[in-house]
Amino acid sequence: MYRMRSWSVRNARWLKRVYAGVEAVLVPLDPLLRRIGYERLDKPFAAVERMTKGVLLDSQNCGQCIVGFTGLACPMNCPKRLRNGPCGGVRPDGSCEVKPDMTCVWVLAWEGNKRFRENGYPIQTVQPAVDNRLIGKSAWLREVRHRAELKRGSAREV
Amino acid sequence: MKFDDEPLVPGHPLPIRPGHSSPGRLERVLRAGAFAVTAEISPPDSADPNEVYERASLFDGYVDAINATDGSGAHCHMSSVGMCSLLTRRGYAMVMQVSARDRNRIAIQGDVLGAAAMGVYNILCLTGDGVEVGDHPEAKPVFDVDSMSMLNMIRGMRDDGQFLSGRKLTSPPKVFLGAAANPFAPPLDYRPLRLAKKLAAGAQFVQTQYCFDMDIFRNFMAAVRDAGTHEKVYILAGVGPLASARSAEWIRSNVPGVHIPDAVINRLKGADDQREEGVRICVDMINEIREIEGVHGIHIMAFRQERRVGEIVERSGLLGDREVWRPRHDWDELARSEDGIV
Repeated sequence: MYRMRSWSVRNARWLKRVYAGVEAVLVPLDPLLRRIGYERLDKPFAAVERMTKGVLLDSQNCGQCIVGFTGLACPMNCPKRLRNGPCGGVRPDGSCEVKPDMTCVWVLAWEGNKRFRENGYPIQTVQPAVDNRLIGKSAWLREVRHRAELKRGSAREV
Repeated sequence: MKFDDEPLVPGHPLPIRPGHSSPGRLERVLRAGAFAVTAEISPPDSADPNEVYERASLFDGYVDAINATDGSGAHCHMSSVGMCSLLTRRGYAMVMQVSARDRNRIAIQGDVLGAAAMGVYNILCLTGDGVEVGDHPEAKPVFDVDSMSMLNMIRGMRDDGQFLSGRKLTSPPKVFLGAAANPFAPPLDYRPLRLAKKLAAGAQFVQTQYCFDMDIFRNFMAAVRDAGTHEKVYILAGVGPLASARSAEWIRSNVPGVHIPDAVINRLKGADDQREEGVRICVDMINEIREIEGVHGIHIMAFRQERRVGEIVERSGLLGDREVWRPRHDWDELARSEDGIV
């Protein structure tokens, strides 16, 4: 699993594009998704996400995915559930303070950020605390729904 | 540093000057451009307030503010809220450390209001060490927020006058917000950016992890200066005396985030009196740090050597001719004369 994580981070640049592509494909489907019902679709979508992101990114399905900011390293693998960067306890070899056998999630996230080769580093965006109600739900559907609402003008930018 | 508008009653707030966030002394000292000195008090494993007063009195006349730790090293001690409540009664400027490890957003926001009401004007937001390194490794780690979202949350309470939920406060907590920085942990090239991110999240001052490796610290500060971060956040460099080479080695392998180079350990090993050499190293480090542009003060963490803090401040000449606030000496007699009711 750890090996897959670091593979994803090494390939962060094009994987992020694929990830953004999935969302871009889903947004135009909003009228259909709405007709079926976002709530009803949540379970099957979450299952697909668990499989794909689970395998590729070792995703822990927090339902409010921010891997686009973290160099494709899922921050929920951090034992302290940090969403905003590495704590001060990272060991000299870059391994985790709590789980010495694991490379610090945020060391990977920083590597991934450098590979994005974007203007500025997405990791610098201050992320809010986790909404515990969303854990286990589909992050894709939530994002798609939000973007579609923005397009329709019924939601405000957050 | 004494101010002409110092309140007569110990612990009462100073008037908040324009552009300041808090009625506290630490913010005043830093904004006045003085080289600030803070020290860490170790909370007792006791319910006796006198132990707290005695430990704090070791710093009288030497420091601008005292950090009350919050279950440091994931070990259980008297709470930082409790320590701060006791010491603000006597007028001490406290920095209340809040760790995200033990409390969720509901508890933290409540504590911030309570502490500010008790006269705590500085809050240091920390993630906290994992429970695994402490004396209760079987405990449930909370980590509901992280240090960054905690900063943002408390800034929202102060500046927007509302809880994270959006519910309004009737009187916001006027606090000066702090955070920790560890320039010595990987990824080293990200650490200056992380400091900038803490600034963006609301940090007004930071206290660093122990500085023993001056090369790393200088590189860190150079990157911080290049980004101009040092002009927007006050940086207090962490120092402390090592008791012996053996204890330094133990700290290096057991305390998360502390980086001690071999050169320091060898210097201790080569000394006749290792404890004395530890103090000398600390004084040397302070003198080197003061030369670095962009450092605004020193934070002394003299774990189990609190008695030597005064000596370290004196020997390094940290205060220059500056006189710092100290509590009134007749407090104990005053307390006795009124049957202890104060």
